Amino acid sequence: MLDLLAQLPQATFDRPPIDWHALAPELVLLGFGVLVTLVDIVFLERGRAMVSALAGVGLLATVVPLLTLWNEVDTASPRVLFDGAYVVDRYSLVMKIVFVLVGYVVILLSTNYIAEGDYWESEYYGLLLSSIMGMVVMASARDLISIFVALELLSIPAYLLAAWRKRDPRGNEAGIKYYLMGVFASAVMLYGMSLLYGVTGSTLLTDIAVAVADAPQFDAAIALGIVFVVVGFAFKISAVPFHHWAPDTYEGAPTPVAGFLAVASKAAGFVALMNLVFVAFPDRHDVYQPLIWVMAVLSMTVGNLLALRQTNMVRLLAYSGVAQTGFMLAPLTVAGDPGVSDLALSTTVNYLAIYAAMNLGAFAVVIALARKTGSAEIDDLKGAFQYAPGLTVAMTVFLFSLAGIPPIGGWFAKFNVFRSLAGAETTWAYILAVIVAVNSVIALYYYASVARKMWADEAPDGNLAPVHVPPSLVAALAITVAVTLVFGFFPGTVGDFTDVSLLASP
Amino acid sequence: MDDSVAYLILAAVVFSIGAVGLMVRRNPLVMFMCVELMLNAVNLTFVSFGDDLGDLGGQLSVFFVLVVAAAEVVVGLAIIVAIMRRRPRATADDLSALRG
Repeated sequence: MLDLLAQLPQATFDRPPIDWHALAPELVLLGFGVLVTLVDIVFLERGRAMVSALAGVGLLATVVPLLTLWNEVDTASPRVLFDGAYVVDRYSLVMKIVFVLVGYVVILLSTNYIAEGDYWESEYYGLLLSSIMGMVVMASARDLISIFVALELLSIPAYLLAAWRKRDPRGNEAGIKYYLMGVFASAVMLYGMSLLYGVTGSTLLTDIAVAVADAPQFDAAIALGIVFVVVGFAFKISAVPFHHWAPDTYEGAPTPVAGFLAVASKAAGFVALMNLVFVAFPDRHDVYQPLIWVMAVLSMTVGNLLALRQTNMVRLLAYSGVAQTGFMLAPLTVAGDPGVSDLALSTTVNYLAIYAAMNLGAFAVVIALARKTGSAEIDDLKGAFQYAPGLTVAMTVFLFSLAGIPPIGGWFAKFNVFRSLAGAETTWAYILAVIVAVNSVIALYYYASVARKMWADEAPDGNLAPVHVPPSLVAALAITVAVTLVFGFFPGTVGDFTDVSLLASP
Repeated sequence: MDDSVAYLILAAVVFSIGAVGLMVRRNPLVMFMCVELMLNAVNLTFVSFGDDLGDLGGQLSVFFVLVVAAAEVVVGLAIIVAIMRRRPRATADDLSALRG
């Protein structure tokens, strides 16, 4: 240790060159996050009306540098910062745009919900922006430390958002369960990272990839490190058997936050997982593929079977989200196969984008109908077609998309899952494809039964007064319906934007 | 090398104590302390590997883990205080309004 410190004075410090354009989206987001917090401190109650609009503008402003970067970063030349610890390529830009737009829709969902509840508003939007900031950083993180910092930047505000209803015991319970599970997962993941660092001598993902490929003598430590890191992120994406927090947290948290956790937080976990699988351990598929295979099978089966029994729509969406996690994990089980690894990457990214639109849309309809019924019980949705035909049609689109019925978005996502599994041409991949098919049928049953109740049954209390849907919710529904349909009818929209070999090059 | 192996074993033991403690203890505050044990085991692992490798990266990682853990403590204690205000002496088993 002393030897190390003795070397320090001799080392001269050169300020690393910083590519400001590549960092512009993060800086814009940071600027608006600070602004929202300052408005809260300075104007207090008078700032209430301003903050949600300000946060929305901030997220839309972030899209501008993302689009200018998209033109500059073509598929052949990613922008590499900080010696490879931070990479801006097309893959990361796609994910950043998804995160920012999801954040915008969540703000549209929150505006009336938070303003009408007994909440302090300004902090809510500041926390939401910093959580989205963490996700945007995660998309570019190519170093164990930056992945860890991004994960905590997105998780810590999310713990507070989940416990936002602080006077409600269910809100407290949602918060503490999410918090304890989250920090436990981070600790497990960090222990895995420390093992990987010890074996490879570096925290840079590209260096780790080289070291784990030709260091068979450390096999046990490498395997343990990879397993711990993957398990740490399995909590974040609520894969079985690490899903217990999800239904309780979604139910106890404010519904827009539940949508945020179900979509954005899960997508961030997948992004981290993909960074690790494709950049750090491409030659270690012998370790991670069986692990992910088991988690994928358990997630879809257990998630679907538990979803069948739910009587609350938010809990049903939570368990259906667990099942969807299984579908999204399926392509990663063949990620190490050189023939289909490109397809596996773009399948998972496509699925995440489509899942974000259709699942947020379903949450939007639940929020809109709860304005009239005051609950998220499935039986209270009965007869919704009689008084809210537009919302019922939108919900049907989202449910059928989640079930994977052509030609709606979810169908294309699932079709690609089958395509990458079939392309791998291994027995395990074929078995998984069969399990995916069986689970799609089970899922169709509970999605369709919700739709049937909304269309065919009578409203339970005979109250047919129309639902008043505020403009922000209409906008959120319009965006999510449009995206869900566009992905289904024009599947090429988010087709081939990058390939794995570019992702892996520093 | 022998020294660092001893530290690594110690870290693994501390990590296991934390992980088991989190699963068997029911007081949210104690569960929370167990997480801190696990994080400190991680720090010990980073430091001993860093020393072993002659690389500053391990020591550097500890700063990030410490700072982030401090931020986590603030949030965790806030949530725990919110619960304890409403229901003194709550255990994790009492927090079961949500189940299904």
